[in-house]
Amino acid sequence: MTDAISVSGLVKSYGPTRALDGLDLTVRTGEVHGFLGPNGAGKSTTIRVLLGLLRADAGTTRLLGGDPWKDAVTLHRRLAYVPGDVTLWPTLSGGEVIDLLGRLRGGLDPTRRAELLERFELDPRKKGRAYSKGNRQKVALVAALASDVELLILDEPTSGLDPLMEAVFQECVQEERVQGRTVLLSSHILAEVEALCDRVSIVRNGRTVESGTLAELRHLTRTSISAELASAPDGLAALPGVHDLKVDGLRARFDVDTDQLDAVLRQLTLAGVRSLASHPPTLEQLFLRHYEAEPAVSR
Amino acid sequence: MSAGRAPAVSRPDPTPTSPDGGPDATAVSGGFVGTGALVRLALRRDRIMLPGWVAGIVLLAVGSAAAAADLYSTVESRIASATAANNTTALVALYGRVYDPASEGGISMVKTGGIGAVMIALLSVIVVVRHTRAEEESGRLELVGATVVGRFAPLTSALVVAVGTNVVLALLTAVTVAGAGMPTAGSFAFGLAWGGVGIAFAAIAAVTAQVSSTARGATGLAAVVLGVVYVVRAVGDTAGPDGPGWMSWLSPVGWGQQFRPYSGDRWWVLLVMLGFAAVVVMASYALVERRDIGAGLVADRLGPAGSARLTGTFALAWRLQRASLLGWAAAFAGLGLVLGNIAGNVGGFVDTPSAREMVAKLGGTDALTDAFISAEMGIMGLVASIYGIQAALRLRSEETGQRAEPLLAAAVSRTSWACSHLVIALGGPVLLVAATGVGAGLSHGASSGDMSRFGPVFVAAMLQVPAAWVLIGIVVLAFGAAPRLVAAGWVALVVFLLLGQLGPLLELDQWAMDLSPFTHVPRFPAGDVDPVPLVVLALVAAALVAAGLAAFRRRDLTT
Repeated sequence: MTDAISVSGLVKSYGPTRALDGLDLTVRTGEVHGFLGPNGAGKSTTIRVLLGLLRADAGTTRLLGGDPWKDAVTLHRRLAYVPGDVTLWPTLSGGEVIDLLGRLRGGLDPTRRAELLERFELDPRKKGRAYSKGNRQKVALVAALASDVELLILDEPTSGLDPLMEAVFQECVQEERVQGRTVLLSSHILAEVEALCDRVSIVRNGRTVESGTLAELRHLTRTSISAELASAPDGLAALPGVHDLKVDGLRARFDVDTDQLDAVLRQLTLAGVRSLASHPPTLEQLFLRHYEAEPAVSR
Repeated sequence: MSAGRAPAVSRPDPTPTSPDGGPDATAVSGGFVGTGALVRLALRRDRIMLPGWVAGIVLLAVGSAAAAADLYSTVESRIASATAANNTTALVALYGRVYDPASEGGISMVKTGGIGAVMIALLSVIVVVRHTRAEEESGRLELVGATVVGRFAPLTSALVVAVGTNVVLALLTAVTVAGAGMPTAGSFAFGLAWGGVGIAFAAIAAVTAQVSSTARGATGLAAVVLGVVYVVRAVGDTAGPDGPGWMSWLSPVGWGQQFRPYSGDRWWVLLVMLGFAAVVVMASYALVERRDIGAGLVADRLGPAGSARLTGTFALAWRLQRASLLGWAAAFAGLGLVLGNIAGNVGGFVDTPSAREMVAKLGGTDALTDAFISAEMGIMGLVASIYGIQAALRLRSEETGQRAEPLLAAAVSRTSWACSHLVIALGGPVLLVAATGVGAGLSHGASSGDMSRFGPVFVAAMLQVPAAWVLIGIVVLAFGAAPRLVAAGWVALVVFLLLGQLGPLLELDQWAMDLSPFTHVPRFPAGDVDPVPLVVLALVAAALVAAGLAAFRRRDLTT
């Protein structure tokens, strides 16, 4: 099966600012793909290029087998989009907007619409200007999730949702996955990414810095070790892959590159292990390392 | 201006519970705390717009003063022109009377005074709404309002900026017009009359900004008030000896003329204007106290839970624009009724020998009536193009408001989305001039007892359409090719207006006058209908729209 989205070497400049600087992104059909990166990394710009709202300066972009700029209208029948910052027409009710957007995409399922309104606890009769940020977000989510489409492009879709609604959203995305739909999910909520995504891509300064499953990404990073030993942990500092070593008498705490774990454990057993705690890197650590790895390019 | 410094909106005491008297000071000075900071913020935001408007309006005054100094250098020439103007109902309806035909300045500045008063009123409305309701609607005022800023500070700061602008404008105009050779006292009366009209409309906008919950609604409501008081003044000014001449006194625009610059300089009228403004401003403060931030005076009702009618982009555009279009159409029909009625009376005012001679030369009172009708319809065509420009600008405001994005991310092509609003922008002026044509045709037919006059009056109205379309074409071209310069449509409108109204006075060359599409509209029923210019105008408009759409298909969406 072909990839739902394949982007390579994407470049987009605004005057002297390079918003995208050779970005690559591959989303396989049927997967939920996490799209991560610090603020201003180029996530929304990439999504706008994928939607044919912006024109790329260089690079190749394929979306559902078509060209997102030239075939915009036909491709858009097969996808639904939720922006991160939903603005509604102040005089239209939420229900009217849901129906309008659904119809413009080629129809939406009335049963699913009613069910989603109930699950998201959204009153569709309120006018656009009367909704809070979270409720505006729900209007766009209901319109997208009630559409019968192959691909969902979600740009920070849960910003402003409360934790209950966040859980409803996660259920809905799981259902979409079961239905075989492809989802591109840009998000800052790491628990959400961990719960939903098959694979993730991390971008920084307009470039992809990492891409793969969460397990693969974890493998590339460090494990934290805290050990109580029988004798002083000599020689530990000299081992390759050991970072942030703190020795306090017979206690040692450090991080170790996952591929050096074996050698380090051998060294520890030589010293005699009384107790040992090891934990894999948390997602936060993983992402923070990627986000912070280089100083941000000044604009 | 200190462009480099950030406006100090959030600078006031960050710890209002501190024991150093912070909270007490806030309580004592009440709702006006932070006004100074907001004034600085407004001046920072408007540092280009305000000087631009002021310079434009002052140049308009100086230009016509300088031109008129040559044109009306002798008393005889002034009396002849002023008498003719006073006897031409169309001119009196549009610009008011010349109260002292012999005076230097009376005839010279009457036209500029009328046009300038409208521009100044609009400027005041724009400034006040921009810093009150527009800020509130966008949510930015909430950010500011959460700092130590009083409840009345935003409105007060907007009024301070608007009144200050009008004072500067009035004094600059007075000094420069006097410098261009006009009598000094009269020039000050002229400048203050302008400033007084501006301040009166700043006050009116202060009220409409509380009544309507949208900036668009607040501006529109104030513009309707401006239109109504302009017509009320026209009815008063054109009334016969037994007619409702007092109606001129019901209109802030009328006060500007009753100031009688160069014709007696009635300084006390300024007190009427300022008194009116003070009362209206107090009313607006009372309204501020009665409502919540973000809300208008009318509470939001619940809408439908869904819609079977919003089937596509055109249905959406119609839904968004219909209320405004129908309101404009009603106003145009009403204006048509008034104008048709005035047209029937044109002959009745001509009773001086010199005017009678002039009328005879022009072909009798029928010809005068026809000239009046074609002149009035020319103005209505210009005003209809104002509607068309703002309807076409919806494209840009939907784009920058990020409401175009979800539509274009659905299966909607750029062209069909743009056309949904363009149908209304191009069709709206047709409906408007038709409404005015029907109104004027009916009332003119009824007042003259000759219903066969309906046809020519209606046709005279419809002839304006292609010229209005050219302006919409300019907006579409800017929207497609240079979206950040989309205000070019307004600039073009003002240029065409000034060319048409002041070109003859400034003795511009014909090629310059020909730049305005309205120059090419046939002067029917006073003259014949030549279809060629109409077809050319329509083709020019079509080419502009097509070029704009082609450019829009090729560009990025921007915000």
